Amino acid sequence: MSFINYSSREINCKIVYYGPGLCGKTTNLQYIYNKTNPEAKGKMISLATETERTLFFDFLPLSLGEIRGFKTRFHLYTVPGQVFYDASRKLILKGVDGVVYVGDSQMERMEANIESLENLSSNLQEQGYDLNKLPYVVQYNKRDLPNAIPMAELEEALNPTKVPSFEAVAPKGVGVFDTLKAVAKLVLTELRKGA
Amino acid sequence: MIQQLVMYEEELQQINRICETLHRDSNARAVLVIDKNGQAIASAGEVQELDITSLSSLTAGNVAATGGIASLLAEKEFAGQFLEGEKTNYHISIVGQRVILVVLFDGRSSLGLVRLRVRKAAAELTVTLEVMVKKSAHGSGQPSVFSEITDDDIDNLFND
Repeated sequence: MSFINYSSREINCKIVYYGPGLCGKTTNLQYIYNKTNPEAKGKMISLATETERTLFFDFLPLSLGEIRGFKTRFHLYTVPGQVFYDASRKLILKGVDGVVYVGDSQMERMEANIESLENLSSNLQEQGYDLNKLPYVVQYNKRDLPNAIPMAELEEALNPTKVPSFEAVAPKGVGVFDTLKAVAKLVLTELRKGA
Repeated sequence: MIQQLVMYEEELQQINRICETLHRDSNARAVLVIDKNGQAIASAGEVQELDITSLSSLTAGNVAATGGIASLLAEKEFAGQFLEGEKTNYHISIVGQRVILVVLFDGRSSLGLVRLRVRKAAAELTVTLEVMVKKSAHGSGQPSVFSEITDDDIDNLFND
């Protein structure tokens, strides 16, 4: 649920990165944080365990510039990917404006990918959203690994509705900003539709 | 789809006024009003050295987690929380099921005083929020700027 402030002329939107454990959601945010000008970003917060697994969420506030005199601010969140943190994932989806599903390209993570995608869909439904109607893009991460599945197979399994999808190598930044831009565009387009 | 929240000048002024009054009457360090989704709405007091964006996100996360606990216990919500520090205390209350009212205070105030003043401020805030929600639903009568946004406007945002 975007928050439009006519008084301070700001649009605030919430984007959630979703996906199975260790697929690279936090790495996406870390790369964006490292490559963004200091004046365009706030502090990145990671609520993580001692072993750097996301416990509750990562949070990164970003300013993308002005549109018709309104500052656009995007709040990027990740969810904890591990299966048993489902209660926390549901909370983070509250008020979401756009979703990035990050899939892990490795063959042995396919089951986890599918489980996470189904979990995303059902958790959204619980909050009154429909994944088919929400601004939504898919990212296939870890494309550089030798055991990466061919794109066509990933698309067939994880992107049946053919939303925009991107190949990525998150630690090197490949595909990271393309993914962010695509979802941000969809969110703003949706905002226009609702106007 | 869940309803979008829109803030107009008039309501923001009212909310700012409520924050300032609460800040003064409760001898607080600072007062924050935060949307339940983690967006900062208004603040008053000594906020210059505070990272309001981060505080807002974390407080909303905290409130969401507490709400999750409440529903597991078949409670509607835990309407308030009090975090006690050595120097600074953090009083959180949910107002109108929609926003979070935070009071930061130190030894110059007390929990009893804060609770008393928060109750009055929350009642006023509830009224303003109701107006805000109605306006968000029906529009304020002024044309929305977003209907005029073009594809080029959106593309231009991403031209590095």
